[in-house]
Amino acid sequence: SSKNIINYNFYELVILFNSANDNKIFYLIWSSHDDLKEMLDSNKDSLKLEAMKRIVAMIARGKNASDLFPAVVKNVACKNIEVKKLVYVYLVRYAEEQQDLALLSISTFQRGLKDPNQLIRASALRVLSSIRVTIIVPIMMLAIKEAASDMSPYVRKTAAHAIPKLYSLDPEQKDQLIEVIEKLLADKTTLVAGSVVMAFEEVCPERIDLIHKNYRKLCNLLIDVEEWGQVVIINMLTRYARTQFLNPNINGGSGDKTFYGSDEDEDEDEEEKEKKPYVMDPDHRLLLRNTKPLLQSRNAAVVMAVAQLYFHLAPKAEVGVIAKALVRLLRSHSEVQYVVLQNVATMSIKRRGMFEPYLKSFYIRSTDPTQIKVLKLEVLTNLANETNISTILREFQTYIKSMDKDFVAATIQAIGRCATNISEVRDTCLNGLVQLLSNRDELVVAESVVVIKKLLQMQPEKHSDIIKHMAKLTDNIQVPMARASILWLIGEYCEHVPKIAPDVLRKMAKSFTNEEDIVKLQIINLAAKLYLTNSKQTKLLTQYVLNLAKYDQNYDIRDRARFIRQLIVPTEKSGALSKYAKKLFLALKPAPVLESPFKDRDHFQLGSLSHLLNAKAGGYQELPDWPEAAPDPSVRNVEVKESVRAVGTVTHRDTGALWGPQRMEGSESCSFPRAQSSEEEERKHQRKSKPRKSESESESDEDEESESESSQSESEDSESEAEVKKKKKVQTRVNYRGRPQEEGVFLQTIAPSSTLKSYELLHRITGEGLSVEYCFSRQPFSPDANMVAVQMQFTNNASSDTKNLHIEDVKLQSGMRVKEFPEIELLPAGETATAVMGIDFCDSTQAANFQLCTHTRKFFVSIQPPVGELMRPVFLTENEFKKEQGQLMGMNEITEKLTLDVKCRNEHTIVQRVTTAANLSRVPCGSDKECRFAGRTVTSGSLVLVTVATKEEGAAQLTVNCEKMVIGTMLVKDILQALTQ
Amino acid sequence: MNHSQGFLKDIQISCLVVGWLLSNTASIILSFRVWGGQSMTDSAPSWFFYSAEMIHSLFLINHLGDIFLEKHWKSVISRSVCDYFFEAREKAVDPENVPPVLQTPHHYLISIYRGKLFFLSVIQTEVPPLFVIEFLHRVADTFQDYFGECSESVISDNLVIVYELLEEMLDNGFPLATESNVLKEMIRPPNILRSVVNTLTGGSNVGETLPQGQLSNIPWRRAGVKYANNEAYFDVTEEIDAIVDKSGTTVSAEIQGVIEACVKLSGMPDLTMSFMNPRLLDDVSFHPCVRFRRWESERVLSFIPPDGNFTLMTYHISSQNLVAIPVYVKQSINFFEAGSCGRLDITIGPKQTMGKTVEDLKVTIHMPKAVLNANLTATQGNYTYDCTTKMLVWDIGKLNPQKLPNLRGSLSMQTGVPNPEENPSLNIDLKIQQLAISGLKVSRLDMYGEKYKPFKGVKYVTKAGKFQVRT
Repeated sequence: SSKNIINYNFYELVILFNSANDNKIFYLIWSSHDDLKEMLDSNKDSLKLEAMKRIVAMIARGKNASDLFPAVVKNVACKNIEVKKLVYVYLVRYAEEQQDLALLSISTFQRGLKDPNQLIRASALRVLSSIRVTIIVPIMMLAIKEAASDMSPYVRKTAAHAIPKLYSLDPEQKDQLIEVIEKLLADKTTLVAGSVVMAFEEVCPERIDLIHKNYRKLCNLLIDVEEWGQVVIINMLTRYARTQFLNPNINGGSGDKTFYGSDEDEDEDEEEKEKKPYVMDPDHRLLLRNTKPLLQSRNAAVVMAVAQLYFHLAPKAEVGVIAKALVRLLRSHSEVQYVVLQNVATMSIKRRGMFEPYLKSFYIRSTDPTQIKVLKLEVLTNLANETNISTILREFQTYIKSMDKDFVAATIQAIGRCATNISEVRDTCLNGLVQLLSNRDELVVAESVVVIKKLLQMQPEKHSDIIKHMAKLTDNIQVPMARASILWLIGEYCEHVPKIAPDVLRKMAKSFTNEEDIVKLQIINLAAKLYLTNSKQTKLLTQYVLNLAKYDQNYDIRDRARFIRQLIVPTEKSGALSKYAKKLFLALKPAPVLESPFKDRDHFQLGSLSHLLNAKAGGYQELPDWPEAAPDPSVRNVEVKESVRAVGTVTHRDTGALWGPQRMEGSESCSFPRAQSSEEEERKHQRKSKPRKSESESESDEDEESESESSQSESEDSESEAEVKKKKKVQTRVNYRGRPQEEGVFLQTIAPSSTLKSYELLHRITGEGLSVEYCFSRQPFSPDANMVAVQMQFTNNASSDTKNLHIEDVKLQSGMRVKEFPEIELLPAGETATAVMGIDFCDSTQAANFQLCTHTRKFFVSIQPPVGELMRPVFLTENEFKKEQGQLMGMNEITEKLTLDVKCRNEHTIVQRVTTAANLSRVPCGSDKECRFAGRTVTSGSLVLVTVATKEEGAAQLTVNCEKMVIGTMLVKDILQALTQ
Repeated sequence: MNHSQGFLKDIQISCLVVGWLLSNTASIILSFRVWGGQSMTDSAPSWFFYSAEMIHSLFLINHLGDIFLEKHWKSVISRSVCDYFFEAREKAVDPENVPPVLQTPHHYLISIYRGKLFFLSVIQTEVPPLFVIEFLHRVADTFQDYFGECSESVISDNLVIVYELLEEMLDNGFPLATESNVLKEMIRPPNILRSVVNTLTGGSNVGETLPQGQLSNIPWRRAGVKYANNEAYFDVTEEIDAIVDKSGTTVSAEIQGVIEACVKLSGMPDLTMSFMNPRLLDDVSFHPCVRFRRWESERVLSFIPPDGNFTLMTYHISSQNLVAIPVYVKQSINFFEAGSCGRLDITIGPKQTMGKTVEDLKVTIHMPKAVLNANLTATQGNYTYDCTTKMLVWDIGKLNPQKLPNLRGSLSMQTGVPNPEENPSLNIDLKIQQLAISGLKVSRLDMYGEKYKPFKGVKYVTKAGKFQVRT
């Protein structure tokens, strides 16, 4: 420990020294850590907090505070939230260095993991999993597994975040972690989706099979996932699609024919294949359709992710939509521009047409940073074609006058590339470049020379005057690369300038020793070529140059001289090779191809780091090639319900839209089969409905979300379900999911699972071809929270179009109000449309009467709500429930004894039936003999409490507590019926 | 048990700690050893393993190249990694020209430049670069939002809050809470009164309530918002990006529009904004609160707003459309070989101003290096010429259509240096109040879901964005 003291003192000195440089107060404060330790040991939270703030400030500045570890870690259980948080910050930073001491804090987090508050559970897991101490791996594993089946989606999200942490700490846990990932992938909340896919990408990106069953769900959830998660999911799905679907561009013209969501049966699919070359898998279409709205995201990373998805996956004819969004990003921060332009540069080579309309958006301003200018130039060059080249060249002319010389050089190269690619303008460009040779700036001249050299190689015979002109430049130009280029040109085409060439060599021989290496090499080349063509005049000069080169300092040059002498000067020793010297040196050389540096970069997934660097970055997942034949598409079918397939194409969910503020307290959602789901599809569903296995294991972790594949309801009443399907009814599912019973304290809530019933508003016959169905979607009606949302589905069975569908002449009881749906302007024959209207029923079951009008007819219709639809779920704890129930006794309480239906004797079915009958949410309950539900009426917000207590032999007691006696009575009736029938 | 007690003694934990340690902790420690199967001293350091996470570390660097803050979300990465960045910074001359993505032997560095600060993140594996860049800008935005500016001094003054924010924004290198409303629930922004009270009472920056926002499906809005005066203001700002050539023809012109909102409404208001001419908006991006389907079907903005200031939408009217250019510029700038001088003559006049007044008119010219000084007269406003940066700034103010402002005079040039071949371009700044140059107009704003009557207001302003006149 004496060593410790010495270290400690030394450390003090360092601190003193460092803080002296700081203009801040740290000088006084940090003169001794003993102060801090004292403060941390004190009883006052304020002192502890002050100490922790100073310590965190030290960490932030990169100063070592590790010696305070014992003093800090004691405060891990401090009551003060901020102290606690700062201790966590410290702990995560230093735990790795002080593993033994860090273990002292673990029990606090273990306790936190059991806290009833989900936020505390989550934060405990977050810190625990951030402590990089190998020895706690088993504890972390256990905690992650438990959290993965927590009832709170937020805790499950945290569990997903913890997975990569544990994986990087101990890769041997991979197999177990994959199990957790698999479980979390099945999660249906938007909160979890992004995080678990991130974990998937980091732990087991090769396990593409885990995605199959979750593919459609991920596509449908995508729009509601938070933006960072969207990026990860889209990138992963791009890879997935490349392994599962066929290349939509495989046979050229197929791009213009697309089959929107063709939901044909598989045999039909095969028939199709024989007739038509390519049919897009509906799942492929689903992905394209559901990602498209995200091009409007404010987050550049999301827009880029969608853009690359379209670039890699969409039929040619559809890729164009991304151009506009990418061009919009060019207004963003310059770093964003930099990345976007790199990607546009790659895309514009393959799909030039896409960006052509936006040519002007790539015009360069003098205020752009050079790196942006150069990239824009690249894009402009890629976009150049016969029609726009004159505009582009005019633009380039202004660029050449720029003060930014690096940019001018890049422009000259761009002109060269345009000239090689578009033969019509080659001469114009060449002339322009030759004019630049008289520019005052040497860099400009040099760059021009290099480019001219490349252009001349294409047709040297036509341009001997330019070569002459350039020969003169050797007197002035000092840039080595340019001098070398000129010498090479003269040597190569010495026959075109027979008089000048020897003279140039003479001058060069004079200055040989002062030239740069590349120039020296070209002088030797020139000498050799002249010797071979015009040895009379140049023999001596060549000898002289070779002799100079022989004693050069650079061995490359010495080697070259030796090699060339052997080759061109015939001696006895020189073999057969020298006969061919002329052929060797003056062979016709192919003209260089001026290519974009971005050519073929698209073998990297666009938008990736690897693409940007044009080199594979660590952890990069290759973008697979399209398969030759499509793998079995049925792997994506989810066995739960047939309706899934239709649901898989439902896209009317909206960014947070259909969710009201109360979503966390028992929410609901509904999905109608989308418009295209025609009769035919329906038949298919019926055909397909073979008995399914009831998935008991999935019961425990059903959670809500846009999918209607609630697995909970199906095992019991498959009969009624067939009904449901026939009538195209739509299910909704559950929200609250409980953990398996054996897990102890938090498992109380098994959620309400309900099936939305749909009712007929207008029959096909009365409606003269127009049929209308409605259901109570159980979603908050966003324009007015006091209204019940009624979702209507219009089907036009007639052979002519129906226009101007709207509501008129609403007749209501006093107090009731209606918010009409927006007029449906056109409903084509055979099509289906949905609309949502809101009705404030004033907590009564009175019908709302109105006329449904088309452009030709009016129909009298009415909507009468079942009492169960007049309420919306609220989330109460057990205690709150009991408290509220206590206040609703006497007249407000109705109790009925009943005998449960034989099929309805387990808790699960009871919950399901009650929540189907009434829009209520489950209340956690300690006893397994009781099921409790709570809700509030929509208009007045009166509490509705329902208790079902079960006894032996199916006997049960139903209690309803409600301030509104009428509602209570009617509800008792409805629930009784639901439970006994 | 012996073992664990010995271990405790080793590290000289005070009695207090032992008392605080529950007995079960001790047994857990004991059992760790059994599970771990290896002694703690020879366990491999965690960075030994391949670790894949998005953002590993963040360094904040000022314009002098000092690192004044570092934050690591996983194991610590030495500051020396920044040397690669400094090298590139040196090479780039201009901070704007530092490549945002750099490759070093073991890491990748992705940086942004904001408010004279570099935000430098260290990455170890493949990650979409825009993901990181967008996140770093979000961090800078958050600082701006919390402290009013994003500068070294303000960050250093609020080091602890900054650190707490960074802790919440990223978990293991993956963004966690980036919504300002959620963050403000967890970590309160500083204000003078509270910091005085905090120092006296030892109060804290951390919110007492646990943040519920993160749990909700509308994470952008906090619950239980209450205001005495309910108001919603919207600023429609349009910027014209244009390139006008020598002869006065428009080479390209685009409009960048943004609707910034300041919404202070109680409860859970559900707003609907509709436009007179929504057809103008064909390229838009929205705050996540906007219901996209509703926009697609009805062309109205329907949303539950975040509380406070936020950007509701941005839109882009591309160069394919006809864009009104509010001013014209007549200019001639000539440099003469003989006498090493130059002449400059600039006049500005109104073009398509829709009857409004052009204000805050300003012309900035970046002169060639050879221009030593400017000797000019302005009929309106003042001009300055900075010999070191070669910037000529002419601040005109209000544009009077009756008496057009003119700036003319001579430029003195460095002798013996050949005349610059290039002509500098003119950058124009201007402002027009009460006008959205695209013609966009908000027709109405409705509120559902709450009973009170809010005060509503919409303000329009047009500005010059990157407005350049070539000479």
